[in-house]
Amino acid sequence: MNRLFLFLPLALFAVMAAYFALGLRENPGEIPSQLIDRELPAFDLPPIQGHVTGLASADLAGEVSLLNVFGSWCPPCAIEHPMLMQISRSGVVPIYGIDWKDPPGAGTRWLERNGNPYVRIGNDAEGRVAIDLGITGAPETFIIDRAGRVRYRHVGVITEEVWDRTLLPLVEHLQAEDMP
Amino acid sequence: MRQILAAMLAGLMLAGSALASPGPEERMEDAQLEARARALYDQLRCVVCQSQSIDDSNAPLAADLRAVVRERLLAGDSDAEVKAYLRDRYGDYVLMLPPVQGNTIALWLFPLVVLAGGGIAILVFVRGQRRALVAGDDTGEGDEARARALSDEEGLS
Repeated sequence: MNRLFLFLPLALFAVMAAYFALGLRENPGEIPSQLIDRELPAFDLPPIQGHVTGLASADLAGEVSLLNVFGSWCPPCAIEHPMLMQISRSGVVPIYGIDWKDPPGAGTRWLERNGNPYVRIGNDAEGRVAIDLGITGAPETFIIDRAGRVRYRHVGVITEEVWDRTLLPLVEHLQAEDMP
Repeated sequence: MRQILAAMLAGLMLAGSALASPGPEERMEDAQLEARARALYDQLRCVVCQSQSIDDSNAPLAADLRAVVRERLLAGDSDAEVKAYLRDRYGDYVLMLPPVQGNTIALWLFPLVVLAGGGIAILVFVRGQRRALVAGDDTGEGDEARARALSDEEGLS
């Protein structure tokens, strides 16, 4: 009995090591979205400078769509942009944009320079809609289903891998879903 | 020399308070509301810089969250309602102090379990020691015999 007791520290170590090894797989910095499977919060944003239409939450109902939060001040957004252009050209799914906390005109100039992948863009200069959406940083992208519910949120850049492995399959799955 | 150093230190301290957030431009007119806002800032996490509260953080999003807190207070929300408003958007993560609930119960109870476990272990150990001591004090013969046997073994006698 006493002999077995000697192995107690080793056993404890093994348990903790296993626990921490599992913990390594998680990203503690990622805050889970509160919106999953909930209806997109209602908003009605004005257009960015030089554009005619803004973006309202009602615009996203009716078909599966992406809602991308970006800003011209955000370096990862510039990295993501070519991927958004590619998705937009493929015509698989419409992308709607929210220009988050940009100074007047900055978003417009940025899109003129890099191309505009968005069907409609809302100007969230105050950042209040971003808070309603639970945004923690740009870029963030939501997948909205036909009923206007949020089905997925991706934090950070949409890389080719993220698109091919996660977002595109989900978009296609949702598009195949029957209208509820 | 001393005076120069003192002046430099004073300058640094002033700079520090000027940089601290929330800045004076965020102060609420009503002193009572301002006190409640301050207390709330301290209890809400900055979701970009997650080890800081929105009181500590200079991040733009933290400033936006502070603006939301002030707005809710002006709208007549209670402290609990303000927290519920942000929790509805950012989840439990936005609270600096995790609430006691199903998925955090282990977190809250673990220190107590460790304390109780340690206490029991010490109790068992001390009892064992005392028993051994009492048993040894009875005659002392057993120890003597063992000592003799040991020294015989080593060929010392």
